[in-house]
Amino acid sequence: MKNLPVFSTFLFLLIVACLYGVAFQLAPEKTLAALDFGLKILVKLSPVLLLVFLLMFLSTLYVKPRWIQNHLGQKSGFKGMLMAMIGGIISMGPIYVWYSMLSDFKKNGMRPALIAIFLYSRSIKLPLLPLMVFYFGTAYTVLLSFYMLIFSLLSGLFTERLAVGKRIKEEDYGNG
Amino acid sequence: MVASAKKTGWMFARTLPNILAVIFLSGLFIEFVSIERLANLLGGNLLTDGLLGATIGSVSIGNPLISYALGGELLDQGLSLVTVTALLVSWVTVGILQLPAEIQALGPRFALIRNGLSFLFALVIAFLTIITMQYLGVG
Repeated sequence: MKNLPVFSTFLFLLIVACLYGVAFQLAPEKTLAALDFGLKILVKLSPVLLLVFLLMFLSTLYVKPRWIQNHLGQKSGFKGMLMAMIGGIISMGPIYVWYSMLSDFKKNGMRPALIAIFLYSRSIKLPLLPLMVFYFGTAYTVLLSFYMLIFSLLSGLFTERLAVGKRIKEEDYGNG
Repeated sequence: MVASAKKTGWMFARTLPNILAVIFLSGLFIEFVSIERLANLLGGNLLTDGLLGATIGSVSIGNPLISYALGGELLDQGLSLVTVTALLVSWVTVGILQLPAEIQALGPRFALIRNGLSFLFALVIAFLTIITMQYLGVG
């Protein structure tokens, strides 16, 4: 049982490796192209990965659980939601590189609603807004961005409500 | 500082397999699943098209720019803005391929509920955006 967490860490990767094995039997050329695509993405993502892990290092060094509980915890209120929303909008790279940092923040007392808000508000990509305007027009882009911001808050509140069942008590995070 | 470096290193070691899994799974998806072919299934009524648009967005992965280009093309083919909006929103809010990694990091209940709600919200946002545009007389 002690080895289970280590095993579960590699389980997803193992399943994907098996999928590659099956795919290679069916279509070797496509599978090699998929592998090549993955490697290219990995190279492209390396700077973002480095940045995220640098942020993780700095946060473990300077951001103490007490700060997280105060600013991103149950009592963070609207200010916490705003911080999560802005953090989500300005965060870069794909969503999955942020899971580890959010998981760590969660363990240190970050409110689940704020995690969901962070993840949802990543849907607003500031650098891509001009391109959205180009494809769909200004009115559409403004309206869609507005609704996505509103629904990032709703996503946070509903996810927390449904995932936790009730409002989490402060002592659940080890406060006090 | 050494303790922080060790902790970060441990977190990195635990996260990296999942990140690699998602990256290489997207490679397989891109090579074996044609989003354009999936999009050809569209063309029914507004609700089923909205649902299908949201489903295609949910299982897709990659830069949102691809979804803009695909959405623009689908609009040119005469599909509704509701369908295209559901696709655009779910593309960036729902992650079926990343779900195992999200489950491992944030817990199954949280990940499933968050993604389920995001799917539902993609449809609601699609209808709300179009209704508001019609109400304001823009677009």
